[in-house]
Amino acid sequence: MDAIALLGVGMHPWGKWGRNFTEYGVAAARDALADAGVDYSDVGFVSGAVTVRCGYPGYVAGSTFARALGFTGAQLASSYSACASGATALQVARGQILSGACDVALVVGADTTPKGFLAPNAGDRPDDIDWLRFHLVGATNPVYFGLHARRRMDLYGATTDDFAMVKVKNSRHGAHNPNARFTKEYGLDDVRNSPVVSDPLRLLDICATSDGGAALVVSSMEWARRHGHRDPVRVAGISTVSPAYPDPVIDLPYLAADSLAGSTGAPVGFKESIGARAYAEAGLGPGDVDVAEVYDLSSAMELDWYEQLGFCGAGEAERLLRDGDTAIGGRLPVNPSGGLGAFGEAVPAQAIAQVCELAWQLRGTAGARQVEGARVGITVNQGLFGHGSSVIVRR
Amino acid sequence: MAAVEGLFTLDEDEPRLIGGRVPGTASYFFPKHLGGADPRVGPVELEQVLLSRRGRVWSYTTSHYPPPPPFVVTTEPYEPITIAAVELEAERMVVLGQCIAGVTPEDLEVGMEMELTTDTLYRDDDCDYLVWKWRPVAAPEG
Repeated sequence: MDAIALLGVGMHPWGKWGRNFTEYGVAAARDALADAGVDYSDVGFVSGAVTVRCGYPGYVAGSTFARALGFTGAQLASSYSACASGATALQVARGQILSGACDVALVVGADTTPKGFLAPNAGDRPDDIDWLRFHLVGATNPVYFGLHARRRMDLYGATTDDFAMVKVKNSRHGAHNPNARFTKEYGLDDVRNSPVVSDPLRLLDICATSDGGAALVVSSMEWARRHGHRDPVRVAGISTVSPAYPDPVIDLPYLAADSLAGSTGAPVGFKESIGARAYAEAGLGPGDVDVAEVYDLSSAMELDWYEQLGFCGAGEAERLLRDGDTAIGGRLPVNPSGGLGAFGEAVPAQAIAQVCELAWQLRGTAGARQVEGARVGITVNQGLFGHGSSVIVRR
Repeated sequence: MAAVEGLFTLDEDEPRLIGGRVPGTASYFFPKHLGGADPRVGPVELEQVLLSRRGRVWSYTTSHYPPPPPFVVTTEPYEPITIAAVELEAERMVVLGQCIAGVTPEDLEVGMEMELTTDTLYRDDDCDYLVWKWRPVAAPEG
């Protein structure tokens, strides 16, 4: 797959600001344009990542951000794929650029979130699996995180202290991030003493929901060269894959996984397939990766991703963590930004924010959380209803 | 009555989940009315089948905080619920459900045999609204 240039990145700090999401998106977009040194009038395509919690303007996020920045006649799209929305918006922008429909695109996502559990839309809707799981089982998002965490403990001997160590590591990273919402450095006892949410996970193992915004300016390699960007960070692979039937792992928001009764051979895990597609597009493998931003909706989930991205074999993630390999200064730092544990999730902005962090890391401008000599980075996350999301950036 | 119709039978002794199957195959889906398809066959009308009553624990967890609506909180103060993901014996399909009251994570382990039962999800002045739940086949010790 041909690469595109990642010319500029920008973020509005994460928090619980309670203001209109448009404000965060516009601030991030202006920062990204300034960072890129690109004039807004050169943007031919605005790709918005949708929020479903902020009314109609959230559904037409591309238009909402474009109007707030000033309508220029640029083409628009708005993408929704839950937590993967940002990667989808970037993929749509890449398609526009590589097809020649535009030279420069602006990708923006922002959200304003309510307090507490993310919950389904109101009403009596038994035809909506997202409604059924809450109504009949009380299966909140942390319930699924708890199921997967318990499975790690049973299959691989992981401990609750392993999960807590992920939080401790990421909070140490996030303490150096001016865009993070939580910059306190937590110790093991802080996690151990926080209340249980979904056994075996505690409050500090589980990410909050936040307000925030993130934006990218991307262009064709040719346009970048013509405008003086001689060696830009490149987007080398984008994965937005769906599961391949049969997927035996129960995951958000379903009440049942696929049945294996009619299948022979080992099924392909969905989460393994997400990174695999990005690696294939980039012509790279796990051994090439210097830094990763993974979706730590729970601390335990970060460990799953080490294996699903091929950084180690099944059941070996705890060892990577304990050896310090995935801390800054280690062999393969994971979540140098602080991850979701330090940010809290702003759904449509989060996959974009992951790319922002990798851009700073690859440019060597990440300050106190810099991963020395990083040249290849990968992001990964998963949106509910089977939306994969992974982006590889490289020098 | 069932809290949502058509997902399980109301047989008092041996309730069963109502699933869908791609005709002529061993590809099952639950719940049936929300479909799903095996791409090796393509979209077809699923036939209604009753699923295995027994299976083994794939994993388990709790909700220590009251889930938001449309979950109906019935205890005051709220009592944490335990939730199990159980791989059905014949279908080799993992299905979520609450465990019956009194079952805690200490009572469960991966691989333990479970069976389906029904229980009250909530009630109003007119009737009890039922849901399927999991219970250990061997009664918890102590």
